[in-house]
Amino acid sequence: MSATGTGVVIVGSGLAGISVARELRKLDATVPIRVVTADSGGFYSKPNLSNALAAGKSPTQLMLTLREVLEKQLNIRIDAGVRVTNILLAGQVLETTAGRIDYEKLVLAPGAQPIRLAIAGDAAAAVLSVNHIDDYAVFREQLASPSVKRVAILGAGLIGCEFANDLRSAGFEVDVFDIAPQPLGRLLPAQAAAFMRQHLEAAGVRFHFGVGAASVERAGAASGNIYSLTDSVGTVHAVDLVLSAVGLIPDAALAAAAGMVVNRGIVTDRQLRCRIADAESQAGAGRTEVQVFAVGDCAEVEGFNLPYVMPIMAQARALAKTLAGVPTDVAYPAMPVVVKTPACPTVVCPPPPGVVGNWQEDISVDGVRAVFVLPDGSLCGFALCGTATAEKSALAARLPALL
Amino acid sequence: MKVYQCIVCGYVYDEKAGDPEHGIAPGTRWEDVPDSWACPDCGVAKADFEMKEI
Repeated sequence: MSATGTGVVIVGSGLAGISVARELRKLDATVPIRVVTADSGGFYSKPNLSNALAAGKSPTQLMLTLREVLEKQLNIRIDAGVRVTNILLAGQVLETTAGRIDYEKLVLAPGAQPIRLAIAGDAAAAVLSVNHIDDYAVFREQLASPSVKRVAILGAGLIGCEFANDLRSAGFEVDVFDIAPQPLGRLLPAQAAAFMRQHLEAAGVRFHFGVGAASVERAGAASGNIYSLTDSVGTVHAVDLVLSAVGLIPDAALAAAAGMVVNRGIVTDRQLRCRIADAESQAGAGRTEVQVFAVGDCAEVEGFNLPYVMPIMAQARALAKTLAGVPTDVAYPAMPVVVKTPACPTVVCPPPPGVVGNWQEDISVDGVRAVFVLPDGSLCGFALCGTATAEKSALAARLPALL
Repeated sequence: MKVYQCIVCGYVYDEKAGDPEHGIAPGTRWEDVPDSWACPDCGVAKADFEMKEI
């Protein structure tokens, strides 16, 4: 690619967007790289948001690199506070809140948005989600009030359990609600989940399984609490803050509006290349290959939407090569996910969806070692809790690559 | 012997323990860990993200 011209434009400044910029800059010292972001353009690590409280980290401390520093370090331009409103594929132009921006190659990295449950009540809008450093700032500010002592968490998945552990360690009372019968319902088999539950309960977390939140109301001034949460079986809980952690949905609206194929996330091939829904319009644009790519939490790569750090790093390295002129497929080895719950150290590597096999769980007082075994006896996933986490690398080496 | 922490995921690299599963012998000082080494928990390369001394 030429050093002049419009170069590569990246939409989004999260780990995915910035990692692509960083990896591409390593391979090409001169290609113009421009990041367009609705955020401040600084770099922080999103996984840290759910375990920063007990460590006493402020939003300022979590911001690792400011925009100006990042621009100099990587020799890139970052347009901060700018929202992309439309992609004009035929003209290779972005329409944004700051005018039009041309691109030669476009990388979509807008991330994912928290799923918001339909909850009734006059305080439903006060339910927080923390998926952004600005959300974390609001969360911290509310927790700092002396009247906030008891926090309700909606969702006992990975993020819900991390927050529960972190809030408990910071001295708050914590109630976790989930319609599932166990924590980490999509990642842990039954015994491992029971072990996680037992250890978080021992740390003081209260779980309410098989129960969702129906409504959140402002409590009366005399009650001593800020909100009253009514669960799906009609029990009323007096709480001071409600945090929703029921999952993420890929941010695919812009891609869909521009005519790209979207399923759960933005559909890409193994080179992270997007597909145009209407083959006619692709032909009409006079190209055989669309110069639009998707990475990170928004992307669905060959059917896999994996909102974790390790897949993002694998994507960024492969895509940087493709953008630098060497088309490269992303490779996914088995990628274990560490659950940051100090009360119950846990690492999971779930089997791919739809794979038929059985969980085999070995339980001891100190941990659970669960392996997912195929009918032919080979290993296809694992979940480790407590001391069994020491086997992470040895087991990961025995798993087949995902892609 | 020092201890470093991955700024992205919180993984702790303890020079005393090394990372023998990934070829880093116990007692390897941080400056002697090769740049090609990546955080075993999140895949972030040593060359990209300086570990924070803790």
